[in-house]
Amino acid sequence: MNNANRRVIDIVNASLAKRHAKERRFRRMGMVAVGLGLLFVLVLFADIFLKGAPAFQQTYIRLQINYDAAVIDPDGSSQPDTLAFADYQALARQSLLEIFPDVKERRAKRDLYKLISPGAGQELRKRVLENPNLIGTKEAVWVLADDDVDMLMKGKIDRNAVESKRRLDNKSLAWIDQLEQRGDIEKRFNSAFFTSGDSRQPEQAGIAGALMGSFFTLLLTLLFSFPIAVGSAIYLEEFAPKNKWTDLIEININNLAAVPSIIFGLLGLAVFINFFGVPRSTPLVGALVLTLMTLPTIIIASRSALKSVPPSIREAALGVGASPLQTRLHHVLPLALPGMLTGTIIGMAQALGETAPLLMIGMIAFIVDVPQGISDPATVLPVQIFLWADSPERAFVERTSAAIMVLIGFLIAMNTTAVLLRKRFERRW
Amino acid sequence: MLTMTGTIEAGHKSHLTPLALNNQKAGGDTFEGTVGDFTHPNPRMTCRGVDVFYNNGATHAIKDVSLDIGEKEVLSMIGPSGCGKSTILRCLNRMNDTIDGCVVTGSVRLDEEDIYDRGVDVVPLRARVGMVFQKPNPFPKSIYENVAYGPRIHGLAANKTGLDEIVQNSLERAALWNEVKDRLGQPGTGLSGGQQQRLCIARAIAVSPEVILMDEPCSALDPIATAKVEELIDALRTQFTIAIVTHSMQQAARVSQRTAYFHLGHLVEVNDTDKVFTNPEHHLTEAYITGRFG
Repeated sequence: MNNANRRVIDIVNASLAKRHAKERRFRRMGMVAVGLGLLFVLVLFADIFLKGAPAFQQTYIRLQINYDAAVIDPDGSSQPDTLAFADYQALARQSLLEIFPDVKERRAKRDLYKLISPGAGQELRKRVLENPNLIGTKEAVWVLADDDVDMLMKGKIDRNAVESKRRLDNKSLAWIDQLEQRGDIEKRFNSAFFTSGDSRQPEQAGIAGALMGSFFTLLLTLLFSFPIAVGSAIYLEEFAPKNKWTDLIEININNLAAVPSIIFGLLGLAVFINFFGVPRSTPLVGALVLTLMTLPTIIIASRSALKSVPPSIREAALGVGASPLQTRLHHVLPLALPGMLTGTIIGMAQALGETAPLLMIGMIAFIVDVPQGISDPATVLPVQIFLWADSPERAFVERTSAAIMVLIGFLIAMNTTAVLLRKRFERRW
Repeated sequence: MLTMTGTIEAGHKSHLTPLALNNQKAGGDTFEGTVGDFTHPNPRMTCRGVDVFYNNGATHAIKDVSLDIGEKEVLSMIGPSGCGKSTILRCLNRMNDTIDGCVVTGSVRLDEEDIYDRGVDVVPLRARVGMVFQKPNPFPKSIYENVAYGPRIHGLAANKTGLDEIVQNSLERAALWNEVKDRLGQPGTGLSGGQQQRLCIARAIAVSPEVILMDEPCSALDPIATAKVEELIDALRTQFTIAIVTHSMQQAARVSQRTAYFHLGHLVEVNDTDKVFTNPEHHLTEAYITGRFG
């Protein structure tokens, strides 16, 4: 008997080494897979970060501005219209000439003026309109430098390249070096990125318009989709009879979740814009399209949250004499709510990153103003990224990556909130 | 151990009472009819000719059962697994309505009104006939809320003070007050198993039912908690009519005045508890209580 036992143990022991080796290999494969995935994510993030981080700084040039009354307010009436339409860029140009007095030739002057942004005058206009008392005084103002100067300061232009292949010729380089020596040129935090809308001039371009557009669109999407989706889920799960019609509805909802999102854009174009006449390119129509897109996600998540409420809770409520509505409202819904919220947040995060359906309904337009309401033309962050990615200026490359960073930041925040909410409301029964 | 008088034989038709003879089904079934007296002089609930089918008629779970549940008595229902005890219990407060494909025929009356009538509202019915389930299922709310929920939705309390009184009263009657009076705000699911079951009993009695149905209330509890709940049932008998389904014959013997024995959907025997456990009339009953099957 002992011999037989010993033989079995020997056989087991002999195979043990192989089994352990298999386990180790399997575990290693898992770690390699996870490692690879993480590596790709890290590479992606590093690339975006390296490209986008410089965008948060912007080059400014200090100019001694003489608020010449002759230019700003020739008739001395201080009429707001006169003040608003004066040529403030001329003041900035004048100041440049004062810094480099030996620039006389017309072409050289044009190159000199190109050192500052064409929008530098707007900063001066803003100051004068806020405080008309500035007229007639002198003041040092930091104005936006041109995007080529900005790229030079960030090291993106190769000084050693052949002059004809460079964006800035040697004269300009010499002027910039001079400004640097005087301490009149420096990089500062690019707050304009967050406060201005889109612009043809990359140094003036910001994501404020896209952020507000995304905000309004998402707000409306949430307002539309949450009640409809939760109501549908509750009806389908609790009240609908189990027959082939409800089966059909369920199959269709599951299919809709997999439909390419651009189809929803086509639907929005045909139905909402052409048939119902909803204004094109507004957060309203964007929200309507995105609602259709996120409804299946939220419905599916809500239904599974409702299904996971144990029947013993329902029986207990019914046993005490609660009506079916009271059972669902007081007992089932509170227990299913965390799951529904998680589904909603994930749906919203999906909607935030959607571009294709919104292209179809016109949110691809070049919109400069920051939208103030839901029926102002607007664009959304992913579309803004798409538009900037198409632009040739080098400064737009870094802005594209910076905008991507902002978008990813929001997505991470929303998904983290979903996870935290789920953890917090998890109940054990 | 059980003492048998010598007159018990297999298939003793001669012991059938006239009432039991009336219950004989015509053809098909070999079951001769309920033995013993299924009526009660002062009934609270009466079942007559109740049949229950599952799966829209495919499974015949309860076959022609007639049974009275007497005023302020404890009736225990015993029988092997699958005999239909829980099914007939759930008929008494229409909890079988929640099961798809379940059909109930026959009459079930609570104080002379048929509860399966078309116009009957199940909500107040379930307030009059309460239920305690096998696995304790307190709401995932506070202890106070668990007990207060029923009275609140039925409007039994005029204000918060009234509600507090009802909660305290119910918890006292359920022998749980002293253990939880300092932590009424804590979740009901944080109590031990026995305490949770007593909380469920408190929840059931908070709506002042007339009948309490208990579906194997102690099967998930340890012996000490079981003893406490059995004491409680004894104390509650003076105020409520109680029907209890149990797997434990000892429990049935301890706790009830009448016992009904079910077998494969038939009500085989109904008698005083003493008689059922010492001198059962039907051979199936005898076989069950002597442990020949179960």
